[in-house]
Amino acid sequence: MSNMQEIDLARCTLREANSQLQSEDATGAWAIRNPRGRHALAVGLTTPIDVLIDGQAGYYAAGMNQHANITIDGNAGPGVAENMMSGRTHVRGNASMAAGATGHGGLLVIDGDAGARCGISMKGIDIVVRGSVGHMSAFMAQSGTLVVCGDAGEALGDSLYEAKIFVRGEVKSLGADCEEKAMTAEDIALLQSLLESAGMTEYPADSFRLYGSARRLYHFHVDNAAAY
Amino acid sequence: MCGIVGLFLKNPALQPELGRLTSQMLKVMTERGPDSAGFAVYGGAHHGQTKITVRDLAPEQVATFEKGLADIAGPGIAVIFRNDHMVITLPTEHEKAVRQFISSFGHGVAFVSSGDSIELYKGVGLPEDVATRFDLAGMGGTHAIGHTRMATESAVTTAGAHPFSTGPDQCLVHNGSLSNHNTLRRQLVREGLEFATENDSEVAAGYLSWRLSRGERLDEALTASLADLDGFYTFVVGTRDGFAVLRDPVACKPAVIAETDDYVAFASEYRAFAQLPGIENATVFEPEPQRVYHWEHAA
Repeated sequence: MSNMQEIDLARCTLREANSQLQSEDATGAWAIRNPRGRHALAVGLTTPIDVLIDGQAGYYAAGMNQHANITIDGNAGPGVAENMMSGRTHVRGNASMAAGATGHGGLLVIDGDAGARCGISMKGIDIVVRGSVGHMSAFMAQSGTLVVCGDAGEALGDSLYEAKIFVRGEVKSLGADCEEKAMTAEDIALLQSLLESAGMTEYPADSFRLYGSARRLYHFHVDNAAAY
Repeated sequence: MCGIVGLFLKNPALQPELGRLTSQMLKVMTERGPDSAGFAVYGGAHHGQTKITVRDLAPEQVATFEKGLADIAGPGIAVIFRNDHMVITLPTEHEKAVRQFISSFGHGVAFVSSGDSIELYKGVGLPEDVATRFDLAGMGGTHAIGHTRMATESAVTTAGAHPFSTGPDQCLVHNGSLSNHNTLRRQLVREGLEFATENDSEVAAGYLSWRLSRGERLDEALTASLADLDGFYTFVVGTRDGFAVLRDPVACKPAVIAETDDYVAFASEYRAFAQLPGIENATVFEPEPQRVYHWEHAA
């Protein structure tokens, strides 16, 4: 890509790199060279810039993102795109645990697998994973959508609120209060648009199953009063 | 929080580099464990010979100590000093008598490890300083395991630093904390085991050594530990011929493995691998919870 502005972490500190990217005046396309698994790369960005992390990222890469379009050309450590508000984060490799945790908005795309607790406590983010997700994914997920083209580990959607979970492969087990739902035309349209945004159109929407909350857990039930 | 690193060499040409690569990885893990550090280096096994590592022999006691060793085993004993540790190489038939001599010597001398190929060093301080003190970068071998400690369950002392060695050529490093270690320690003491510290990780090491001593394979002992150890853990266990990795069912403590044709590397975080040769083409993955991973050299 021409006109790409380069930041080489072999030559500057992480703080210098992030403050350039966090500047309200930042525009255009940026590349971070020699990331070497460092933590907190490209966090807290607030402008619609393109950022390429040219290698492996450590913890919390692309955290708290607003508006920026961040690509990680490698694997991402725990908490990638944690608390993302808007914009897009694309992991070309695998993501570790808690990918997209607590995210409020935007799109997180993972080309490989995601580890445990993917989308934990998500609050509006959309996450599309081409591979599989680990155990306790979408734990206490409140809103947003998790799409898994591969398999899901144990206790999927435990204590789920109103997030939607689409899984194409096997689900090892469902967590408390998570159940399979019939897919409406609206659900199919939502899934199709997310697969298109993520560039994964080879998977037909009707090859997925939908999981959601049975809503038995988060409403107070008078029969349980003695338990408190 | 703690940091773990491990390096198992498949390509013998890298053996002279083992210590240098391990020390680089250990230094990167300083932020996870700045209190103390330690490492086990495996290599140089010779048939009929045993290596014993001891620590904290005061300079004024060296002559008396060496005379005691010579009285037991004659001229067949070689001693190498590295800072406050020493490695004694002796004919295996004298191991029992030498171990008795060490434990009754007093003056603060502590047994660290014994086996065909293990040498084990640990100390308080920044990992880089501990590694430099023992010249880890200059050591060669077949595989090594290191640990950087941020203490949670017991005091910051050399005795509380990892790895813990509780059996021949065995060692264990631990990131996490165990909640049933006192109960388990009492049970193991009834089985005849002895513990040097109040540390939870030493109990995990002792537990595995106890199972191995009853004839179980390492993978069997680790699988059994899933039922008997309660708490958070990522373990890396070293043996004479290799190492194994196990994460607890919740897998809240990090672990990442990188494999190439030349080596298998383990670390708490990827960045510890960044300086390894050929890492850009390695297969990098996170070990699954409750699954025993095991690499071994052909005996």
